[in-house]
Amino acid sequence: MLTARAAAIILAKELRLEFRTRELLTATVIFALVVVVLFSFAFDPTAAESRRYGPGLLWIAFLFAGSLMLNPSFAREQNNETLDALRMAPISSFAILLGKILANFIFMSLAELVLVPVFAVLYNLSLAGIVWRLILVLVLGTLGLTVTGTVFSAISAHARMRELLLPLLLLPLLTPLLIAAVESTASLFAEQPTLDRTWLAFLAGFDIVFLTASWLLCDHLLEE
Amino acid sequence: MPVLAPTAPHTPARIGLSFHNVEKRFGSLAALRGISLEVRAGEFVALLGPNGAGKTTLLRMAALLMNPTRGSVQFTNGLASISADARKQALMLRPKHAIGLVGHSALLYDELTAAENLTLFARLYALDKIPEKVATALEDCGLASRAGSLVRTFSRGMRQRLAIARALLHAPNLILLDEPAAGLDRQGLAWFSARLARLKQEGCTVLMSTHARNESLDLATRAVALAGGKVEHDSGSNGDPRPLLTALRAEA
Repeated sequence: MLTARAAAIILAKELRLEFRTRELLTATVIFALVVVVLFSFAFDPTAAESRRYGPGLLWIAFLFAGSLMLNPSFAREQNNETLDALRMAPISSFAILLGKILANFIFMSLAELVLVPVFAVLYNLSLAGIVWRLILVLVLGTLGLTVTGTVFSAISAHARMRELLLPLLLLPLLTPLLIAAVESTASLFAEQPTLDRTWLAFLAGFDIVFLTASWLLCDHLLEE
Repeated sequence: MPVLAPTAPHTPARIGLSFHNVEKRFGSLAALRGISLEVRAGEFVALLGPNGAGKTTLLRMAALLMNPTRGSVQFTNGLASISADARKQALMLRPKHAIGLVGHSALLYDELTAAENLTLFARLYALDKIPEKVATALEDCGLASRAGSLVRTFSRGMRQRLAIARALLHAPNLILLDEPAAGLDRQGLAWFSARLARLKQEGCTVLMSTHARNESLDLATRAVALAGGKVEHDSGSNGDPRPLLTALRAEA
């Protein structure tokens, strides 16, 4: 079976499971909202202050939300050892991983769809005129976050302290992505909004490198 | 390079398998210690032995879920064989379409309905006429009236019947059963024994680890007893499995 078709089947399964229970999405959105709101109390959210700190806080909130959301991605396959059933099916390991990456990307994007407008209101920042460029930055940053997070969710799924292990593995590795995403977002929220192509290219490069690595290593990642 | 003849998804080849001096270690613990066993296509093998004998590890290796630490597992279809020894080769040629596993766990999603679970796996195995096949499988295992119920609402026996239906949905030829009767009531056991008898008649190769209570043991054409990760007794392909099975029942 084609990898794309098998990945689409896994994606459909992930979406059905999540939209039926809404466990992950609800918890993640509420958690990220709490982070954004609490940070807004930490300093005076004038436009000038927000331009300095806002993008960093926004991506920190995404990162925390991501580490919360990505953890159960493979861990919940252990309930009835359903990962074994997927591994036994005549599909490539990458199809399983890709289906989960796409599902996590959609979940993170939905969480961001709620978070970004709230963030803009709380931090007194305008999204007018930068929406499409901001979406481009968010897509590239979120893709990097979900690719790495899903891969590390597979690695840490068998660990006893997986809730702790995933952020410990993930956060240091995502530092370059975080810097590039924050810089790109900050340049958009500047008084004269610009799209920093260097950081954007870095984000795209990060995504390509980790997507390629996950493709190359998927058999080992899903092995016992 | 020897290859397994390509098989259409719905007409898997008759498949046998052989373990060559297979060892499996989990850190310092040796689960299998040099097992050599040849299972011919069409054989019905009862795997016996106490807890920790290595039955589950052997079945997981046959299901391609685990690689041996040493030794190799080969699949045969009467025409040629492939070696699972070389990782790359094994990944390319694994006869996944031909294998069905009923494991310790149900291998089902609790938050999907019975029909959704079967449909998901039917799609992953690229089956045709999926709605008809799912309906037939549910009818066969006696869960047609619960097709739309979430699996988490099922009793253990119902789960097990659905797990068996899932494992057999793609008409595998090599069937691996790890304590398949666990949780089944008298009616469920009767259904399962009848289903196994049909599979045996169709020429499927069956490896089943089980205990004395399981009536379907009578279908076995061969009994292999494991102990401490080694083959302790083997009635052989042309031997009589009854003495071993009788001894097992006497112990139980």
